[in-house]
Amino acid sequence: MAQIFSRGANAFARSSLVIGLLLPAGLFLTALKLDRSPLQTDQGVVLAQPVPFSHDHHTAVLGIHCGYCHTSVEKSAFAGLPPTETCMNCHKQIWKDSPTLEPVRASFRNNEPIQWNRVHDLPDYVYFNHSIHIAKGVGCETCHGPVNEMPLMYQAKSLQMQWCLDCHRAPEKFVRPKDEVYNMDWEWGSDVDPLEEGKKLVEAYDIRPQDTCSTCHR
Amino acid sequence: MRTETKHTAAVYALALSALLLLATACRQDMHDQAKYEPLEASSFYANGMASRPLIANTVPRGFLREDTVLFTGLDAAGSPAAIYPQASLAERIPGAGEMSEKELWGLLLKRGETRYGMFCTPCHDPVGTGRGMIVQRGFKSPPSLHEERLRESPPGYFVNVMTEGFGQMSSYAPLVSPEDRWAIAAYIQALQLSQHVRLAELPAELVHSFGEAQNEAPADAAEHGSEGHGEEVSHGADQSGEI
Repeated sequence: MAQIFSRGANAFARSSLVIGLLLPAGLFLTALKLDRSPLQTDQGVVLAQPVPFSHDHHTAVLGIHCGYCHTSVEKSAFAGLPPTETCMNCHKQIWKDSPTLEPVRASFRNNEPIQWNRVHDLPDYVYFNHSIHIAKGVGCETCHGPVNEMPLMYQAKSLQMQWCLDCHRAPEKFVRPKDEVYNMDWEWGSDVDPLEEGKKLVEAYDIRPQDTCSTCHR
Repeated sequence: MRTETKHTAAVYALALSALLLLATACRQDMHDQAKYEPLEASSFYANGMASRPLIANTVPRGFLREDTVLFTGLDAAGSPAAIYPQASLAERIPGAGEMSEKELWGLLLKRGETRYGMFCTPCHDPVGTGRGMIVQRGFKSPPSLHEERLRESPPGYFVNVMTEGFGQMSSYAPLVSPEDRWAIAAYIQALQLSQHVRLAELPAELVHSFGEAQNEAPADAAEHGSEGHGEEVSHGADQSGEI
């Protein structure tokens, strides 16, 4: 009786064993990696905007405070986006003929909002609140990165749940003195132990971040 | 028998990993729900805004502005109020209700300092001489807060200017809450005092340390003397020069 399989079938059978194990594992790891990559999170992606507004220029160069434009950051969930009138406080006189700023002037003239593209967009099932984070000593920079060095705005962190939990489970690693929340260059001095100081602040500010589902999801 | 189990396991593993790959690309409906977030775009309204402006003359619950002094800085006669609406301020500033008068003033000044830093320094600069960064970039220079007319203005005057705007300065009412406008007014008055107090009026301690500072830098002190401020301690011009 003739052989059903040729000799080459042995190699095929052996390699299929290896591929059968490696391929699913590889696919699985790739899937995990993709899920945490900027492809999925938009981390580091610069979105096109109607006006190329530079946070770098307005804050680091001119020294304008975050709160000048994001007025509701201390008292509401939403940090607030400035109305066109806020831009015009200065730009009615400064760069008033600049073609780049024409969308701003048009918005002011026609009473039409400027349609910015949202950079930090959490899923609708996440109920993040800016005010409590500011009140408990979480700096702007902790979540938004070095905005004062961004000529064009991008999302510096992944904003994934794992990233939120990193802090909710160990706030002492991220908290800072309340007076320094708006300071983009702040860090603990080299003469102190950041973790010890952080623990003191967690105690002093009565920081009790929950990591239950309903803390952020409702 | 054995090969069969292996076979099924491999099929399951492959199917599972293929499903996982699909899961990374999908975007669930709950991600973008049928509700509007603040300032979200809407195709429903002509100007594309989901957030609707208030219809003229509507008063949202809790926003009835009966306390004219607090909201405008003007008293019943329409002139700038000279007295702070302390009761209203204590009521509106979180935690201020249980404070003593002294603590309330401390809180007000501290709050005024941060708000002044946020909203006023771009033009008025940290000392109030009107040489802020935006002015350096070409904006019309505001008067120094230390000129005589403004030093003699009551706090309600500053609140009113912040509320309604003045000259090239836009109204800051949309950006700064009424209690914060009063806090800024208090801080402006503190700034004015800091630049124009008479030496004799200072607490003994400060007079002493001022004397020491003068001894350490005799050249600097002589300069001050020649500026014609007499007894007044005036560093305004010097400090703003360093900004």
